[in-house]
Amino acid sequence: METLPARDERAPGAAAGDGGPAIVADRVHMSFDQHGRPLHVLSEVSLTVRQGEFIALLGPSGCGKSTLLRLVADILQPTRGTITVLGGTPAEARRERALGFVFQQPVLLPWLSAEENVALPLRIGGWGRRHAPAATPAELLQLVGLDGFNRARPAQLSGGMQQRVSIARALVSNPKILLMDEPFGALDAITRDRLNEELLRIWSTVRCTVLFVTHSITEAVYLPNRVVVLSPRPARIQRVVEIDLPYPRQPAMKDTPRFTEYTSTLRAALEEA
Amino acid sequence: MTATGRVAARDQDAAPPARPRRREGRLRRVAVPALAVFGMLAAWQAIVVGFRVPRFIAPSPLQVLEVLRTQHDLLLDNAWPTLLETLAGFAVGNVIAVLIAIGFVHNRVFRQSVYPLAVTLRTLPIVAISPIIVLMLGLGFTSKVAIAALITFFPTLVNMADGLDAVDPQALELMHVLSASRWEIFRYLRWPTSLPYLFSALRIATTAALLGAIIAEWIGSNRGLGYLILAATYDYRTPLLYATMAVASGLALALFGLVSLIERYAIPWRQTSGPSES
Repeated sequence: METLPARDERAPGAAAGDGGPAIVADRVHMSFDQHGRPLHVLSEVSLTVRQGEFIALLGPSGCGKSTLLRLVADILQPTRGTITVLGGTPAEARRERALGFVFQQPVLLPWLSAEENVALPLRIGGWGRRHAPAATPAELLQLVGLDGFNRARPAQLSGGMQQRVSIARALVSNPKILLMDEPFGALDAITRDRLNEELLRIWSTVRCTVLFVTHSITEAVYLPNRVVVLSPRPARIQRVVEIDLPYPRQPAMKDTPRFTEYTSTLRAALEEA
Repeated sequence: MTATGRVAARDQDAAPPARPRRREGRLRRVAVPALAVFGMLAAWQAIVVGFRVPRFIAPSPLQVLEVLRTQHDLLLDNAWPTLLETLAGFAVGNVIAVLIAIGFVHNRVFRQSVYPLAVTLRTLPIVAISPIIVLMLGLGFTSKVAIAALITFFPTLVNMADGLDAVDPQALELMHVLSASRWEIFRYLRWPTSLPYLFSALRIATTAALLGAIIAEWIGSNRGLGYLILAATYDYRTPLLYATMAVASGLALALFGLVSLIERYAIPWRQTSGPSES
């Protein structure tokens, strides 16, 4: 997508910490109240994510990966510990629309067209009137490979296409951080592989920080710069693995010895946990 | 439909396939019920004639048709007030129900205090409450509207409250991430989500409102379909009684159809996904 202008055009002073880390989690502990007894979900999680980095959070189902993502998005607040997003609180980052969230389900509004769904964040709070978007909803649909489907209703789109729309929607307010909660977990393997390619292509265009929750080991090696392996509940950081494979990544890399070495490392880390 | 076809052709992500629309399907949808109704009327005619049933006990369809033809002025004069009471009651009852349901989702205390009251109100039989309402509001138009409104109120309240709550939790999280205000959550999420629920309730409410108006007229009135039903019964003018019921039923069907028609335009997205249509 050559039409997208360069990023980082924020007014000076906005979103402190340009050049600083995107996300810092400091001894974050999270427990929910379950029938009067605390259910510990996260325990002593400390993590620093650099700006522009692609991080995969890998762990068994129900271990608290999604909870960590929701703490960064200010959907939940930690029981103990602090989370810093772009030098401020998660709430500040949320209000500045520095965060884009892609859910496991597309969560599209069925009464709106694809383009209107992408434009929804611009309508809310009058954001679109006050900020010039880096790319229009139509351009973003083009970016995610849905050119020509602007007026299609969600029900007319396949699951994979719906998830593309939801990625475009997350990008429309030009976020610095993209939070993705097992976005391709509900899709078939073929569609999933293709959307992995698309995601890397989109990331190479928009260059934002990505925090990507997954329970697929292949995804966790193929996509990110670094993988954070979480233990079962209460989740602790079991291991952090740097994936030293060059971008742009090619599907053929999945058959190389380096790749399989990484997958075995991650599998071992998960089993240890 | 064409859009769906295009989608499927372009992307191998396997979009839901466009079902070929069969011409005969539409004809059959109309013809089968029409034949069933006609068959039932023919059987009725045959039984009444065959067993020589006296007309004051059960008139034949042809006798009822005769009354509809010769006494349509009388029927129309009495249908009008009932229709007006029904429409006014329908409007008042549903508007109040929708407003209270909106209050429910935004204020927990309001919900906790009003919901049990509404349920209790519902448990009281309408035929028992109606005389009380007539006693309070008099024999005029107002008491009829009030009874029709009361009978439509509860189903709409319950459905609408459910509909406004039926939002996807992840969609609420999305709204939170977008820092949407309560009003925006209502406008962009809750209200459109509730519309299919609202229209289900409104379709029930059409027949309920008419029933309420007729019951109200039974209690005290000298015009309207309810009055005509009583008068015809006392005088053993049974064909007129049946004709009155036919008119009432026709009114109810017309109102039901009107609401269904409005629904199709108000919720166009329902047809693209719903298995009920096409």
